[in-house]
Amino acid sequence: MEKESFILDRLLPVGTVVVALVALWYVAAVFLNAPFERDTAARNGTTITFAELLPKTMAQQRPVLPAPHQVIAELWDTTVNKAVTSKRSLVYHAWVTLSATLLGFAMGTVLGILLAIGIVHNRAMDRSLMPWVIASQTIPILAIAPMIIVVLNAVGLSGLMPKALISTYLSFFPVVVGMVKGLRSPEQIQLDLMHTYNASSAQTFWKLRWPSSMPYLFTSLKVAIAISLVGAIVGELPTGAVAGLGARLLAGSYYGQTVQIWAALFMAAAVAALLVIVVGIAHSAVLRRMGARA
Amino acid sequence: MDSRTAASVVCAQNLGLTFGTADGPVVALTDVNLTVDKGDFVSFIGPSGCGKTTFLRVIADLEKVTSGTITVNGMTPEEARHKRAYGYVFQAAALYPWRTIEKNIALPLEIMGYSGAEQKERIARTLELVNLEGFGKKYPWQLSGGMQQRASIARALAFDADLLLMDEPFGALDEIVRDHLNEQLLKLWARTNKTICFVTHSIPEAVYLSTRIVVMSPRPGRVTDVIESTLPNERPLDIRESPEFLEIAHRVREGLRAGHSYE
Repeated sequence: MEKESFILDRLLPVGTVVVALVALWYVAAVFLNAPFERDTAARNGTTITFAELLPKTMAQQRPVLPAPHQVIAELWDTTVNKAVTSKRSLVYHAWVTLSATLLGFAMGTVLGILLAIGIVHNRAMDRSLMPWVIASQTIPILAIAPMIIVVLNAVGLSGLMPKALISTYLSFFPVVVGMVKGLRSPEQIQLDLMHTYNASSAQTFWKLRWPSSMPYLFTSLKVAIAISLVGAIVGELPTGAVAGLGARLLAGSYYGQTVQIWAALFMAAAVAALLVIVVGIAHSAVLRRMGARA
Repeated sequence: MDSRTAASVVCAQNLGLTFGTADGPVVALTDVNLTVDKGDFVSFIGPSGCGKTTFLRVIADLEKVTSGTITVNGMTPEEARHKRAYGYVFQAAALYPWRTIEKNIALPLEIMGYSGAEQKERIARTLELVNLEGFGKKYPWQLSGGMQQRASIARALAFDADLLLMDEPFGALDEIVRDHLNEQLLKLWARTNKTICFVTHSIPEAVYLSTRIVVMSPRPGRVTDVIESTLPNERPLDIRESPEFLEIAHRVREGLRAGHSYE
């Protein structure tokens, strides 16, 4: 096999797509923002040439679609130029959302694993619980999130916990499904082997079922961490926009601050990518320790 | 029970096993009477569906009989399993891929609560028995199929059960590797003085290895002949060209044919 070249195999294809997307974005920004400039000119009783119009479409205060450099400038301004403790810092808002995401993800993972263990070891739980687990995900999260916030507020829970619980609600599902499959993945011959050793169920679990389920667990965790972030952002929307990326999105749409919305969106995407990468690194580290082929 | 039962390792009397399947009951074993004595090397041979693997699984308490009786070391198979009376070698090596070879051999030792020092000593000893010294730190995928199966034999030997149950352990290997492993197995048997029950569908393998050959036939699974081997205990590979060997092989073949004419 040929040696993999980073520039040719990774950078070139990804870079090409990025360049194409940015170009497309600029074209779309000009198209979508031009009517505003034409209207302004018409109101002033003047006409505007395309050459005059072009730079203006990329420098509007509240564009329909901000140009990429406007979003980058906003990102730079709200991350680097602001103290991280400032309420105007995107880093601060990202941290607020991230903390809820991580807490929700941790709770969702533990809950998912515990449910999967119950389902695999107990027929009654398998029959009774699994349909509910699946049904829980058919309810739109946007419908149930405000209810959770309101109910928890009534019992005195506010701030981090309600958001984290919405993350938990979303993230436990892939973990349950993945782990049920993973804990059932040992072959009959491997289970028979444990039987011949007169191994207890706890021994069979720790020495066979748990290690067998690791690849399934990490695949589920990658999905779970991403939707945990979605859950935390959705959980911030009905709280009246105090802090967090969700709050930034909501405040931006209240005041028509599209640049702010896009900056928050990109921040959310960056956080999601970072989280998935971290889980991916943990995945390969665990598999390496378990003797996977290099 | 006669006196022989008490001394025997496995003793089956009028044993029968019927599986209840969706298509109705399937008789896997019927009227099996068999005694395996200490130190025997008993092969079970017959076409697929004759119940040879099922019989081995009955000894191992992986299947329950539906009629008759069976004792293992004078106990029920379940009691014998609780006392870890046997080591089982499956058709596939069934090594755990996330454990190194030595950790795989340590698996039964961990479960049975051996100390760390004792585990180490036993791993070294059994690796030497199956000629895998120096491979302890390797993962299963780094070993050939034959080496993997030897590792699984080492795992079955590690906790010193006197009875070794082997279910077509070399069935998936090519003939050259198989000859080699057969030779090694005989040496191992001579050194360890174990009782071995060995399922196979190869006539030369059965005749070469065994002190007794149990010929079985299908539908319903039953024993049609038990042949005592007249070969000496010392068996070089070329013994398989001797007239004595061929005569026993002939008798096994006759037994298998007689079983088939039943249909």
